[in-house]
Amino acid sequence: MGATTEMEPKEMRVVYAETLVRLAEVNPDVVILEADLMKASATGIFQKRFPDRAFNVGVAEANMLGIAAGLSASGKIPFAASFTCFSSRRAYDQFFISCNYSGLNVKLVGTDPGIAAEYNGGTHMCFEDLGLMRNVPGLVVFEPCDPPSVAALVERAAAHKGCTYLRLHRKPIRPIYRDGESFELGKGKVIRDGGDVTLIAVGAIMVPEAIAAADLLKADGVSAAVIDMHTIKPIDRELVVAFARKTRGFVTCENHQVVNGLGSAVAEVLCEACPRPLRRVGIRDEFGEVGTLDYLKGRYRLTAATIAEEARVVLEG
Amino acid sequence: MIGDDEIRRLKIKARDLRVATLDAFGHLGVGHIGGALSVIEVLTILYYRHMKIDPGQPRLAERDKLVLSKGHAGPALYSVLADKGFFPKEWLHTLNRGGTSLPSHCDMRRTPGIDMTTGSLGQGMSAAIGLTLGNRLNGSPGKVYMIIGDGESNEGQIWEGAMCAAHYRLRDLIGFMDYNHMQIDGYCRDIMNIDVPEEKWAAFGWFAQRVDGHDFAALDRAIERAKQEDVRPSMIVMDTVKGKGAFFAENNVGNHNMKVDEAMAAEAIRRLMEEVL
Ligand SMILES: Cc1ncc(C[n+]2csc(CCOP(=O)(O)OP(=O)(O)O)c2C)c(N)n1
Ligand SMILES: [Mg+2]
Repeated sequence: MGATTEMEPKEMRVVYAETLVRLAEVNPDVVILEADLMKASATGIFQKRFPDRAFNVGVAEANMLGIAAGLSASGKIPFAASFTCFSSRRAYDQFFISCNYSGLNVKLVGTDPGIAAEYNGGTHMCFEDLGLMRNVPGLVVFEPCDPPSVAALVERAAAHKGCTYLRLHRKPIRPIYRDGESFELGKGKVIRDGGDVTLIAVGAIMVPEAIAAADLLKADGVSAAVIDMHTIKPIDRELVVAFARKTRGFVTCENHQVVNGLGSAVAEVLCEACPRPLRRVGIRDEFGEVGTLDYLKGRYRLTAATIAEEARVVLEG
Repeated sequence: MIGDDEIRRLKIKARDLRVATLDAFGHLGVGHIGGALSVIEVLTILYYRHMKIDPGQPRLAERDKLVLSKGHAGPALYSVLADKGFFPKEWLHTLNRGGTSLPSHCDMRRTPGIDMTTGSLGQGMSAAIGLTLGNRLNGSPGKVYMIIGDGESNEGQIWEGAMCAAHYRLRDLIGFMDYNHMQIDGYCRDIMNIDVPEEKWAAFGWFAQRVDGHDFAALDRAIERAKQEDVRPSMIVMDTVKGKGAFFAENNVGNHNMKVDEAMAAEAIRRLMEEVL
């Protein structure tokens, strides 16, 4: 294999699995659970390295989360994964009661969020999980946008005492950050500073679109800040307020319903602390459907062009 | 008893449906080929011998209904529905394309002839029970057929439904378990061993049978027996081969959702057409 530069795309699921293996090497309590989607999560390398600490429970997500609770109550740190739709919608009550209400330490992972479900189509297209998870008291909810932030934030989640929900894009993504960049749960990242409007985005699909939107706006002489709000809960209030003071308004960008996701979280901060105009780019009260990523981006208007358009509305308003 | 001519007719039909399904996957380039090809025979015998349906009136209340609970096998069912005239055959080439009426998982709001939306495994089981109870309330004579996967049967919902259908004495519910012995991550016996499924169904109060799911005579006998039950719901456990009929998919544990390019599909179709039926 030839030399690869640092900025080559890398499969996010591979970064997730490699990070877990690294953590498990030094912490014997780290265990994983899968529900017949181990191939999809790429955690086969973990199973190979630690066969006794990997549990594939078959197609049984509710069972998986209950088992994770029991393992956690035995002092383990379980990472349990499935597609986003099944991790959240299907096993919500088990995650809610057995894991969260019980005060345990389970790390739930949902892969292929939102339109990333592509050919799996509407039944598998989950635009609701951030909302569901944001409503769980005390739960940390995060969605990294690139390989280095997956590695760093998964480490943070493992160290966090309490349940977490990781919304994980599986596919190859080009890094935005350098390897080794430091991240903290609950602290957003300013990717680009700006003075006119603030674009707050989350996830591997929308953060790059927001950066592209900032470029479009720049060509029009508009200075747009771009924030990667990788942690939806707890939301970084200070950062939102700081940009409310220095820019004229906000656009939020999420591969999720605008209801109760990132847009809602930012709106709540603004209304309570420092009201500013806000437009939300995301899914508008619709179900998912089948197609390629590009088709779906257009279908649901999850594009740089939409973000730039909404930014102009904010500035004109 | 099913005659030799009838069996030959069904075999030819099944071959043609396999060809259409392979062609659709090949046109797209990828798909749930394994689980689609393992249910071709059961779909064939149901739609071309047992089910009372009218493609001109897809929502007729008295019709027999099918819930393909392992909804990722939708493309196999689309080949049947297109052939039956529920929609134009040209639609098969729109599989999974943006704006299509034929998404990878069965969708009753998009596809004429689909009786229940499925894709989240386990849910079709309960919906089939509801349809059967609904027929009873409506005084409708229709049967409800249901196809579940062996991996799908890891879901607790399957066994909640198993208990419930027996409790309500749903003799008009006839289920099939596609025992192709594989799920996504590997062989069922390695991932979650379901062992001797017909014993489990019998223990839950079902009339359970086990047959070769690619053998029309055996399937027909089992369905006829199931229809004669006057109390219990039926489960016909079918031993099948995941990826049956596609040389590149049979005996390949990676066949759940795999690349199928045009050349692969064409070669598989060529081999199928060479077989003497
Ligand atoms: C609730 C749920 N969990 C996970 C999946 C992802 N998934 C799709 S098919 C499949 C394996 C199903 O195995 P099986 O029922 O044996 O299907 P077959 O072999 O007939 O294709 C899984 C885990 C799903 N569709 N629904
Ligand atoms: Mg199977």
